[in-house]
Amino acid sequence: MTDRPTRRNFITGGLAAGTALAASAAAARAGGDPAITEIQDWNRYPGDGVDVRPYGAPSQYEAHVVRRSVPWLTADPISSVNFTPLHELDGIITPNGLCFERHHAGIAEIDPAMHRLMIHGLVDTPLVFTMADLMRFPRENRIYFLECAANSGMEWRGAQLNGCQYTHGMVHCVMYTGVRLRHLLEEAGIRGSAAWVMPEGADASAMSRSIPLEKALDDCLVAFRMNGEALRPEQGYPLRLVVPGWEGNMWVKWLRRIEVGDKPWHLREETSKYTDLLASGKARRFTWTMDVKSVITSPSPQAPVTHGKGRMVVTGLAWSGAGTIKRVDVTVDGGRNWTTARIDGPSLPMALHRFYHEFDWDGSDLFLQSRAIDEAGVVQPTKDALRAARGENSIYHNNGIQTWHVAKDGVVENVEIS
Amino acid sequence: ASHGTFHLGRPATEAEIAAWDIDVRPDGTGLPAGSGTVMQGEAIYTEQCAACHGDFGEAIGRWPVLAGGYDTLTRERPVKTVGSYWPYLSTVYDYVRRAMPFGNARSLSDDDVYALTAYVLYLNDVVTDEEFELSRENFGTIRLPNEDGFVGDDREAEPAYAKAAEPCMSDCRPGKAEIVQHAAVLDVTPDAEGDD
Repeated sequence: MTDRPTRRNFITGGLAAGTALAASAAAARAGGDPAITEIQDWNRYPGDGVDVRPYGAPSQYEAHVVRRSVPWLTADPISSVNFTPLHELDGIITPNGLCFERHHAGIAEIDPAMHRLMIHGLVDTPLVFTMADLMRFPRENRIYFLECAANSGMEWRGAQLNGCQYTHGMVHCVMYTGVRLRHLLEEAGIRGSAAWVMPEGADASAMSRSIPLEKALDDCLVAFRMNGEALRPEQGYPLRLVVPGWEGNMWVKWLRRIEVGDKPWHLREETSKYTDLLASGKARRFTWTMDVKSVITSPSPQAPVTHGKGRMVVTGLAWSGAGTIKRVDVTVDGGRNWTTARIDGPSLPMALHRFYHEFDWDGSDLFLQSRAIDEAGVVQPTKDALRAARGENSIYHNNGIQTWHVAKDGVVENVEIS
Repeated sequence: ASHGTFHLGRPATEAEIAAWDIDVRPDGTGLPAGSGTVMQGEAIYTEQCAACHGDFGEAIGRWPVLAGGYDTLTRERPVKTVGSYWPYLSTVYDYVRRAMPFGNARSLSDDDVYALTAYVLYLNDVVTDEEFELSRENFGTIRLPNEDGFVGDDREAEPAYAKAAEPCMSDCRPGKAEIVQHAAVLDVTPDAEGDD
């Protein structure tokens, strides 16, 4: 794809797309657009039959819509992260093949016939389940966002990565099918002194976290399907934990064990990592909830404005670990004035919400921001407000308002403004 | 055996639980029998760990730094290590046993892990005697410097999170917005074409 607008070729290639549009308009005036007046191959020759694509893939013209990584972020690609291409997506459901990945020891490739889930500790009867056993519990279908605690973490000190895929793409939202963790814990019989559970993964990082029993019994799921099909290997096939509204690290993939205990374990991923250093030198621990947040996905640095003045669709995503999104406001002047955007599609608790703001662009500079308010009434803060409260070294839980500068030529940049 | 209401799954055996139940808590719950010295740990560390974490825990490239960084937590660039940041020694034992060496996890014996844990304490000057032997029996006597460095989640006390404060909608800030920082100037974003 060489004609797709990006920041780099948009600048160096000039207004190539605009030129093409002008040529098309000229051709139309001269007697017709060849896209119409000439017979196209797909209008003449038959295409692939039904036996060619047993598991379909996107159009070849969508080949640029892929997960991308930032190699300098981590020591190697095995314990690393990539990013969902939010700027190319719409609606609230993330396609399975585009859901960002975060592994700590790569993708475990597990034979489901060899997978076991053990529940033990402060229970009456320690149990082992096969996948076949788990499929016999009552199932539930729920749509939730999963956001990495470190999403936007590179932006704590200021504007760094130029694209919402990179600044906000450690999030996805799918429909999970699974069983209530509560059913599994009650099957083993929770003892009275139990207060915490510890899920553990079967991968080589043996990912593990401490989760309060109250949350485990409330809405956690043990999921085996996403968007209707089996989990993808990179999302925990054959089994993962779903912890609605809470930081993605706790959604243990390749789930093989749940220990029930009376105290938290203070594991590596809740001491060294996923603790939030404050300016005082103290660090918050057990910062589980992902706070109210939003981002404009288009226009954005990877999705510049190529159509010139006139009607413009501003769209983006909003979400909150506290429940549904009550409202999203959009500004085009850097927060001087705000307009309430239109949320379209389902508004589900702890799921992505899609918003739109349509207006006539007069061709002047824009400073686009979005500001979400959740059902608890919490208003998404500015980055400056977060820094004033926490300093710049928290790494995690950056839900500050994002600014995109739209220049007169339609190029969009990640900026911080006064 | 009858259990629960769905009667699914089967009781786990003691051997199965023992095979997977490897976690260790700060109070020492879960520690296996065994021991290892600083000197033994140095030998294992040099062979199994130093290629990534450096001879003195200083780290190679972007791999994690294990030692040093004291009194840096309030600085512009904090160095968070076992000695400067981690609250509990149990986490060192637990994590090394379950997940290290990177690429060959679960390959160390319980004694190896005690020896490596002792050596990490030595790299961090928490113990200074090369003859020091760490064991299940004396594990609880070791305290890490930043044990009291952590607080609970008090985000809701921050001013920005004051409940139900209706935000400003018009004429919220004076003047025209000005750019104070550009991501494009820093230019560390991978090329969107994906070919570099």
